[in-house]
Amino acid sequence: MIAIIKRELKAYFSAPTGYIFLAGFFIFSGVFLYLCNLIYATADMSELYSLLFTLSLLLLPLLTMRLMSEEKKQKTDQLLLTSPVSLSGLVFGKFLAAFLMYMIGLSITLIYALVLAVYTSPGWAMVFGNYIGLAFVGGAIIAIGLFISSLTESQVVAAIGTYAAVILVLMIDLFAAYIPIDFLSTALMSLSFFNRYSEFTLGLFNLEHMIFFFSVYAVFIFLTVRILDKKRWN
Amino acid sequence: MIEVQSLSKRYGSNKAVDNISFTVNDGEILGFLGPNGAGKTTTMNILTGYLSSSSGNAKINGIDVLEDPIRAKKEIGYLPEQPPLYPDMTVKEYLSFIYDLKKCTLPKDSHLAEICSLVKIENVYTRLIKNLSKGYKQRVGLAQALVGNPRVLILDEPTVGLDPKQIIEIRTLIKSLGKNHTVILSSHILPEVSAVCDRIVVINKGKLVADGNPEELSKTLSADHRLTVRIEGNERNIYSLLTSIPNVNAVRCLGEKEAGAFDFTVEADEGKDIRRELFKRLSERGMPLLYSKSMEMSLEDIFLNLTGEGQAE
Repeated sequence: MIAIIKRELKAYFSAPTGYIFLAGFFIFSGVFLYLCNLIYATADMSELYSLLFTLSLLLLPLLTMRLMSEEKKQKTDQLLLTSPVSLSGLVFGKFLAAFLMYMIGLSITLIYALVLAVYTSPGWAMVFGNYIGLAFVGGAIIAIGLFISSLTESQVVAAIGTYAAVILVLMIDLFAAYIPIDFLSTALMSLSFFNRYSEFTLGLFNLEHMIFFFSVYAVFIFLTVRILDKKRWN
Repeated sequence: MIEVQSLSKRYGSNKAVDNISFTVNDGEILGFLGPNGAGKTTTMNILTGYLSSSSGNAKINGIDVLEDPIRAKKEIGYLPEQPPLYPDMTVKEYLSFIYDLKKCTLPKDSHLAEICSLVKIENVYTRLIKNLSKGYKQRVGLAQALVGNPRVLILDEPTVGLDPKQIIEIRTLIKSLGKNHTVILSSHILPEVSAVCDRIVVINKGKLVADGNPEELSKTLSADHRLTVRIEGNERNIYSLLTSIPNVNAVRCLGEKEAGAFDFTVEADEGKDIRRELFKRLSERGMPLLYSKSMEMSLEDIFLNLTGEGQAE
């Protein structure tokens, strides 16, 4: 698994993808810091993190689109699937590599918080709450993107599919609001990423929300393993 | 040792591999021969755990590929038809990745150096794979199969797309690897298997149609009922003598190949050996037999015969 993580991290930086992702993350988060904090001379980073939530959803498909599709296209999946590595180890390694890249991007916000802390406290509980909330949501999008990438040989199709999934995830709250049947509306709301993420931003660490996100990771990693395994049995 | 028993693979109603069984002994180089689409790659993919079989089983050194795939895969080095290379990596990075992927325990630097020297890629060790020639890419593919020193090598059309010089080099390399490994080599190129392999398994339309060494196959299929002979004497007398031999059903003169001597092909009924009777009659008539040869089939003839393509033509 460590070999897979190292290989994936190397792949991000041997193509423009990794640089575009990190540059996008750093530039936009810098702009958001300027617009939300520096102009108004405030240390409250909640507005910045709120914008980063949307930015993460837009940039994450860049990280996941090639994870499995490129292996299929280059026929290197044959190498991975005939190596003495378990399918779950292989898929989890890819998931962790993308997650690590995301965390590198996200870590810039901690530096911003440290800079702001020189002048006044940025409200560390809120900062860590936002940081962890974004990590949980990002992980879920990565797991979904990884699964979609395993369905196709085309990076473009994988990216478009992941964007569609992201839009669907964002619209769950909207659908839920328009459904007149209570239990359906509640059921849909319980799947809302944004709803659960919002509680983290308040500095509240709800175990139920953590379990929800871990379950999303587990389900989509499992489905990706099944897709790879299905190829053997077809 | 590789043991394949009653292996089948279905894709819907199509049987890509149909109940094939064979064994490859330790230190043997087996040629897996068949026309395109015969089921060679599917069989190899099952052996390496890339595909599952619909029925039957495959064992690598006694380990069932389906029951214990990770242990079985540790025993195998696999070079697919298209080498599985990452173009964005250097050869060094790639082989290092394979080393980690296979969880090798051999000393890394010396093991990789040994492989590079064996497949002659030391001079491109630090170059990006995407910048290598087809021949070098094939060698790097072979190098990755050798990482971890697996006892079994499965090579799917390893010389496809190479120039003649590279083909000879790769063949020589495979031949030398056969001294320490059990090798299955698939090909549809006949001279390749005859030059490299100890034994040949011929597969056609998913079925195993022949198993033996090249000489055995030739002998089995040609038998002794077809002869080419050179006899000194009068052409017409020779012809009438040959046609008078019991069970002979076709005689054809090939012309005067030496002064006063003619070449003939003599074909008897299948399973009938006419050599003794021919010798006896010629000696009675005082006609010297200068040359006699069973018409052994070339490997190409065998292949066409077994795969039915010769009949189609």
